[in-house]
Amino acid sequence: MKLRRLWNSIWPPLVAVILLLAVWQAATSIFQIEKWILPSPSDIVREATGGAAGLWKHTMATLRLMLVGFAIGTGTGLLVAFSLHYIPSLKSSLYPLIILSQNIPTIALAPLLMIWFGFGILPKIIVITLVCFFPVAVAAMDGLTRTDRVMLDYMRMAGASKGQIFRKLEVPHALPSILSGVKIAATYSVMGAVIAEWIGADKGIGYYMMLQKSSFRTDKIFVAITIIVTISLAMFALIALLEKWLVRYKPLKDDK
Amino acid sequence: MMNTEKSASVSGTDIAALEIQGISLAFRKRRQQLPVLNDISLTVPAGKFVSIIGPSGCGKSTLFHVIGGLLEPDQGVVRMGGREVTGQRGLISYVPQKPALFPWRNTLDNVLLAREISGDANEAARAEAREWLVRAGLGGFEKSYPHMLSGGMQQRASFLRGLLAPQEVICLDEPFSSLDELTRSDMQRWLLDLWETSRRSVLLITHSVEEALLLSDTIYLFSGRPASVLHRADVPFARPRRESVIEEPGFLELKREISARMKEEQSKKPI
Ligand SMILES: Nc1ncnc2c1ncn2[C@@H]1O[C@H](COP(=O)(O)OP(=O)(O)OP(=O)(O)O)[C@@H](O)[C@H]1O
Ligand SMILES: [Mg+2]
Repeated sequence: MKLRRLWNSIWPPLVAVILLLAVWQAATSIFQIEKWILPSPSDIVREATGGAAGLWKHTMATLRLMLVGFAIGTGTGLLVAFSLHYIPSLKSSLYPLIILSQNIPTIALAPLLMIWFGFGILPKIIVITLVCFFPVAVAAMDGLTRTDRVMLDYMRMAGASKGQIFRKLEVPHALPSILSGVKIAATYSVMGAVIAEWIGADKGIGYYMMLQKSSFRTDKIFVAITIIVTISLAMFALIALLEKWLVRYKPLKDDK
Repeated sequence: MMNTEKSASVSGTDIAALEIQGISLAFRKRRQQLPVLNDISLTVPAGKFVSIIGPSGCGKSTLFHVIGGLLEPDQGVVRMGGREVTGQRGLISYVPQKPALFPWRNTLDNVLLAREISGDANEAARAEAREWLVRAGLGGFEKSYPHMLSGGMQQRASFLRGLLAPQEVICLDEPFSSLDELTRSDMQRWLLDLWETSRRSVLLITHSVEEALLLSDTIYLFSGRPASVLHRADVPFARPRRESVIEEPGFLELKREISARMKEEQSKKPI
């Protein structure tokens, strides 16, 4: 039953992708498009299987960078959201700034960070942290302020301490909201890692792309893009699974 | 037959489980004042069932928030067991108007919430809670989340959460108002049975005269906003009380009398 439903939702987009690849493949041979402008899917697959060994090292480097940045960014985001929630004066002064600063394209800061912190791993992690921080912090704060009034009154009248209200009501209540922020952060972190590597690195998928760009190896760039998309999808799926497990109960919103 | 003194006479013999005296409160919005409670005094003797009836929006829930320590009254005191406790939290067990079960907790964990807060949700408490769930017709639903329960079942779970709380006094805020007629009378019978066996001190807010007469030992009739105590009526029917009491002539007469007073009060309301 469940498998059948899953299959029913998977096959239409799958067919679409296969069709797209077929058209792509046909177009490159019919119109005789040069390989350095647009390689055919079969060229890309050949390149991927041939050069897999060299790419593995770069993929691992990017993965490590991304995961460290994602963890630090999400952690900082939660920490800041929780502290602002508990210190109202801090919140009223900083929250508008946080919302405003979301309009700064964090990536634009990357060159500056390279100048300040050199070409090591630190500026790259800072970039990813910044990219992940905002969606998590904003979603968490938003979730915390939406705590159900009647439940809060219940907890207070029952004599619950601030810590108990936080643990037993506010955090679980905000969890769906927090997780949607984390999901956004997860996909951002992949992008953040690649862009940080573009700007200055000696390994990683981003570095590999830059290298191939200068020798017009479009096929290799396509292989790199495929890897990035795969990592991104995997991160998203992982968080979605985590969400499914943590939010086993029906979320409040669906009640209406 | 009916005691209709203007104000509550505090019985001198035993110490009241809950006593509030001269409570007044006004909400302030910018420059404006909205008086909500006006010199309210009432008493819940230990092991008695006391009801409050009053027009919608007169300030009944606000009174519960004062008793529960959420709001500081402008005047007056709250006493429990003879001790002044105005503004202190955690001393009553509160059953809110909407069930307000936590959606991420299963029924058993929801029912144990008050115990957890007071720090004694041990194995014995869990066993007791399971027993009560069976008695409340919720056996087999221990692991279910609130959205899987019907409205009446949620309400019963909310009751049990209040009942299993360690506090002696239970405050019920219109617990039946969101239920349909049939479920409602089921729940009243259930609450009556349950109370007859446990004999906790209860303060109940309701809109229904019949409900108040069926369940209570004493009824306080509130005026429109700002709420004050219009009348205090002792309900004479013997305990343990059966549901059939609602067909007795004495019951009907009392019901008519209180309903008439309520109508009169409601007709004063400016529209
Ligand atoms: N926090 C608040 N700030 C300002 N006004 C309030 C607040 N809470 C309640 N009120 C006002 O106080 C009045 C009494 O409200 P309350 O909820 O106590 O009425 P109630 O008797 O419980 O009504 P109902 O029977 O409909 O539940 C209402 O007019 C309401 O608008
Ligand atoms: Mg109310």
